[in-house]
Amino acid sequence: MEIHELKNRINDPRVIENLLKAIRKLSDRIGPVRIMHVCGTHEHEIVRFGLRSLLPQEVEIISGPGCPVCVTPKRDIDRAIFLADRCIITTYGDMYRVPSNSGSFEAATSEGNDIRVVYSITDALDIAANEDKEVIHFGIGFETTSPASAAVLIDQPRNFSILSVHRLIPPALSFLLSPGEAKVDALLNPGHVSTIIGTEVYEDISKKFRIPQVVTGFEPADILLGIYMVMKQINEGRCEVENGYKRAIKREGNRKAQKILKEVFYIKDAEWRGFPEILDSGYGIRDKYEEWDALKKFEDELGDFVYEDQGEKGCRCGEVLRGLIKPEECGLFREVCSPSNPVGACMVSSEGACNIAFKFG
Amino acid sequence: MCLAIPAKVIEVDKGVGKVDFGGVLRTVRLDLLEDVKSGDYVLVHVGFAIEKLDEEEAIECFKIWGAYGDTRA
Repeated sequence: MEIHELKNRINDPRVIENLLKAIRKLSDRIGPVRIMHVCGTHEHEIVRFGLRSLLPQEVEIISGPGCPVCVTPKRDIDRAIFLADRCIITTYGDMYRVPSNSGSFEAATSEGNDIRVVYSITDALDIAANEDKEVIHFGIGFETTSPASAAVLIDQPRNFSILSVHRLIPPALSFLLSPGEAKVDALLNPGHVSTIIGTEVYEDISKKFRIPQVVTGFEPADILLGIYMVMKQINEGRCEVENGYKRAIKREGNRKAQKILKEVFYIKDAEWRGFPEILDSGYGIRDKYEEWDALKKFEDELGDFVYEDQGEKGCRCGEVLRGLIKPEECGLFREVCSPSNPVGACMVSSEGACNIAFKFG
Repeated sequence: MCLAIPAKVIEVDKGVGKVDFGGVLRTVRLDLLEDVKSGDYVLVHVGFAIEKLDEEEAIECFKIWGAYGDTRA
């Protein structure tokens, strides 16, 4: 069966209607629920297909820190811009316009720096192979993206290093569920992060915080299935990790990718934009690969890098990322902050909650 | 950002695959997967295949929600 046929079968209107019926029935039984997802692609598809409008009012779907671009600290963007006068910087496109203290990659390019957007880290390697200048790849992304970074370092490329800003999802979930943070009854876990890490890693979180979780795919029917499955768990008083995306995810995840990650990266505490430092939530590059770690390779130059956080007055991206407010509750939303003139990171990326709310709201 | 697009593998050659995204062909790295064969469906993210897709599971998962086998009804 071709992919489009499969999609059509999954999203058959009868499937959607049956899922919605089951959700309505459960909602009548369990009352108001708050379900958080932590994936920018989930938010994008939920809003694009108007899924919130199909759900009972009592079912609230809130957006968590699922956009890697949005959670990348300004300090790291500034650090890359600081190195841009002696290197070529490559970045994934989402990152290009995200504001930092000293501007953005886009602004730095207009000032004469060589910062290039790449689709894949392999495109960055091609640039390195054809240029005399050093290439630094700005390595953002969660566990879905970090294996690609790890895989290319194993090949020990010439003229190339990575500034690793890679982050891990499960520690952020634990942070969000800790007392005083967002009040949520269940989690829809990110489908593509989970292709790599599997579902097993979430099990301790369900036990510790007594919370139902379902790993969820990205078709409208997948998302509704995920919502149904967590509500069913709530109704039955279960707090488990279930897999609603079995066509792509195994309980143990992708072992080969995990092995490659472990070979190249170690886990460290890391800052997330809008959050305090989160324990064990970032990937640093192991000493064995320090020749390809931009932080080590340019250690002397970075000795002169000074960073002072200036903050964005009135910007509430931090609270949006933590699921504490909706984009519309920020005083800057639409009035001052828009995709053409973004104040915070969430308005820039096509997967940022503010950008999505602006575009489709 | 964590967007991954399904594609059909057309050719495999030393850790690199040619894949078909519904008409658009591109080469992708296969380092992260074991035993990828031509004809497999994979999810592609930033130029790397990150997982194989299991069609049977997809059908099985949604069977109870629709009237499968009776798609023209």
